Amino acid sequence: MKGSVLIVDDDLALAEMLGIVLRSEGLDVTHVANGSEAVGVFREVRPDLVLLDVMLPGMDGMEICRRIRAESGVPIVMLTARTDTVDVVVGLENGADDYVVKPFKSQELIARLRARLRRTDDPEPERLEVGDLVIDVAGHSVKRNGVRLGLTPLEFDLLVALARKPRQVFSRELLLEQVWGYRHAGDTRLVNVHVQRLRSKIERDPEHPEIVVTVRGVGYKAGPS
Amino acid sequence: MSELLRSEGLRRDAPAVPDDDGGPPPIVARTTRALVRGSGRLGRFIVRKWRTSLQFRVVVTTILLGLLVVGLLGTYLFRAIGTGLENDRIHASQLDARRQTTQAVASFQSTAATSIDSLTNSAKTILNGLAGPDQTRYVVFTRGLRNTNSRVLGSIGLPDSLISRSLREAVSADPSRQHTQVIQIDDPAGGSRVPAVVVGSQIDLSLVGPYDLYFIYPMYSETLTLERIARSFLIGGFILILLVGAVAWVVARQVVVPVRRASVVAERLAAGNLGERMSSRGHDELALLGTSFNAMADGLQTQIHQLESLSRVQQRFVSDVSHELRTPLTTIRMAADLIHDSRNDFEPGIARSTELLHNELDRFEDLLADLLEISRFDAGAAALDTDPTDLRAVVDKVVSATGSLARVRGSQIQVLQDGTSAVAEVDPRRVERILRNLLVNAVEHGDGLPVTVHLSGNDTAVAVVVEDHGVGLRPGEASLVFNRFWRADPARARTTGGTGLGLAISLEDARLHSGWLQAWGEPGAGSRFRLTLPRHTDSPIVTSPLPLSSPGLRRRT
Repeated sequence: MKGSVLIVDDDLALAEMLGIVLRSEGLDVTHVANGSEAVGVFREVRPDLVLLDVMLPGMDGMEICRRIRAESGVPIVMLTARTDTVDVVVGLENGADDYVVKPFKSQELIARLRARLRRTDDPEPERLEVGDLVIDVAGHSVKRNGVRLGLTPLEFDLLVALARKPRQVFSRELLLEQVWGYRHAGDTRLVNVHVQRLRSKIERDPEHPEIVVTVRGVGYKAGPS
Repeated sequence: MSELLRSEGLRRDAPAVPDDDGGPPPIVARTTRALVRGSGRLGRFIVRKWRTSLQFRVVVTTILLGLLVVGLLGTYLFRAIGTGLENDRIHASQLDARRQTTQAVASFQSTAATSIDSLTNSAKTILNGLAGPDQTRYVVFTRGLRNTNSRVLGSIGLPDSLISRSLREAVSADPSRQHTQVIQIDDPAGGSRVPAVVVGSQIDLSLVGPYDLYFIYPMYSETLTLERIARSFLIGGFILILLVGAVAWVVARQVVVPVRRASVVAERLAAGNLGERMSSRGHDELALLGTSFNAMADGLQTQIHQLESLSRVQQRFVSDVSHELRTPLTTIRMAADLIHDSRNDFEPGIARSTELLHNELDRFEDLLADLLEISRFDAGAAALDTDPTDLRAVVDKVVSATGSLARVRGSQIQVLQDGTSAVAEVDPRRVERILRNLLVNAVEHGDGLPVTVHLSGNDTAVAVVVEDHGVGLRPGEASLVFNRFWRADPARARTTGGTGLGLAISLEDARLHSGWLQAWGEPGAGSRFRLTLPRHTDSPIVTSPLPLSSPGLRRRT
């Protein structure tokens, strides 16, 4: 696995341990312990992925997440000790792509990071059409009438996963596995939140979606119902 | 006229009947029963009112008691007045009769009749003079019962059948005195019978022997007076009863209204509005009730707030501890994983230690997760995320996930379902957790014997029963199994990595769904755990589609 990861965590022991594990996977690791320095370091390093602890001194993890997302589509994975509904949803709404709940297993973390970093591998040239959108998989672009829509890599992956098999209904669990790299059952709210975000960018009327359609009781599918 | 005047006076006094205390009225119960019989609906209304409204009960009781008192008192006074009137009339009649008799004797003595016929004629004239004007007095003149004289006068005046035999005998037995009797006569003016005073005495006529002279005085005016008095009594009594009822209504209302207010406030308090208070003005008993009530509410509020804050602090502490433990645990976990991955390079002792470390960390993590989950339930922070779910799919998923454990234990898991739909509005994540707990428990305590999962549904609910044939439960244990960290046999060696919180969490999960989670078992025969969930979150379970106990569960031989 290639790529660089920025770890933002005030717990030095955990950060060091993360560094050891990630380096052993072949990743470049940069560490910043103070929240207020995190955005500056991010601009300097330009990592391929940010691993962000929610509880930080200096600046709140949520705030850092929002600021980084404002200027970059870089994958952000949050580390959280809380599984309380509100915290997780707030984090996801602030732009995090995924979250890992402490304590986690190294294998689980690496699987998730791998899913987020997968796009850096060279994909086959592929062109997909769904509704009035044209997706260039290799070029990581989505266009409507020639106008490029700005999606984060995760949103792009989600759209591509759905668009590759139009009219097939994807359960939330299947999407978690394919897009987020979950190996066991995960939090399906992750899918809901990101589908909402994706819709707000690609649908003409997000209240009445036509591209990513909900199939009640089952999941989602691409294309008209 | 004097009697009449007196009775007029009495009539005027009649409404001023003094209020008096009456004894316990059997008439109340009888009247209530009669009302109930009277009309079904009205009866039910009254019975309901009687049971639910103190005010109604007070008013009705007061009216009934008033009726009794007024009735008794009225009857007594009426009787007294009647007797007085009658006595006056008897007395006056006797005076009048004596005067008339004296006059008659004088008249007879002054006649010089020597023949029967002339005497009869004279007697007719005299008696006509004796009969009063306008029917105030009638005269009967008849031969005495002990008259042995052979000469008999012709019939004069009214027939002697009006006079009773007993009076005639009394007059004959003691002719020197006046004799009086009260009888009922037919009103000669027509209409009803009327009481009358009969005064009799004897006149000795030399020619024909002793003859009885009777004067009949009908009590027309007295009867009329009594009728008027009765009417006045009825009207007066009716008004009095209404008045007493109204007074009772007002008085009862003064008491009932604050009590009702207190009840409303108490209900609001019970509903959780701890700030609710009664208004209490003045210094009477009701104000005292308000003050005491408010003092009680203050005390409760303080206590509850103290308990709440205490409980919050404790929950917060559990939650914080769990969270704070997580970061170092993550580091340990990752380090242990790293060491575990390279355990083949270590000498056997260290390699085994690494494995133990790794496994125990798993258990530690599970325990921490369960503790956190329980603390979330305790804090009331657990939220239900419902979705129409087919429990059959959840059961299949859990059964396949438990398959490897079952194989290790040698148990076979069998799923039995009838044709009913098992779709319900549930939180699939929580239901899966409940079923996983039940199934893992059944396999672990099933002693390698088959485990059966029953699935069924009815109109209101869906149920899953997980049945094993293991050690079972001793009497009383069925309710204990859901206690935190409870163990059937503390001495029993712990072989599996259960946290001791699984069933407690499952119970909380079931409660969150407004569902039931119950256990049943027999020692040595096995146990059954039944999960019943409502089909719709807003409609309660009526009955569970599956029985909790199973008489068919046979003791192992």
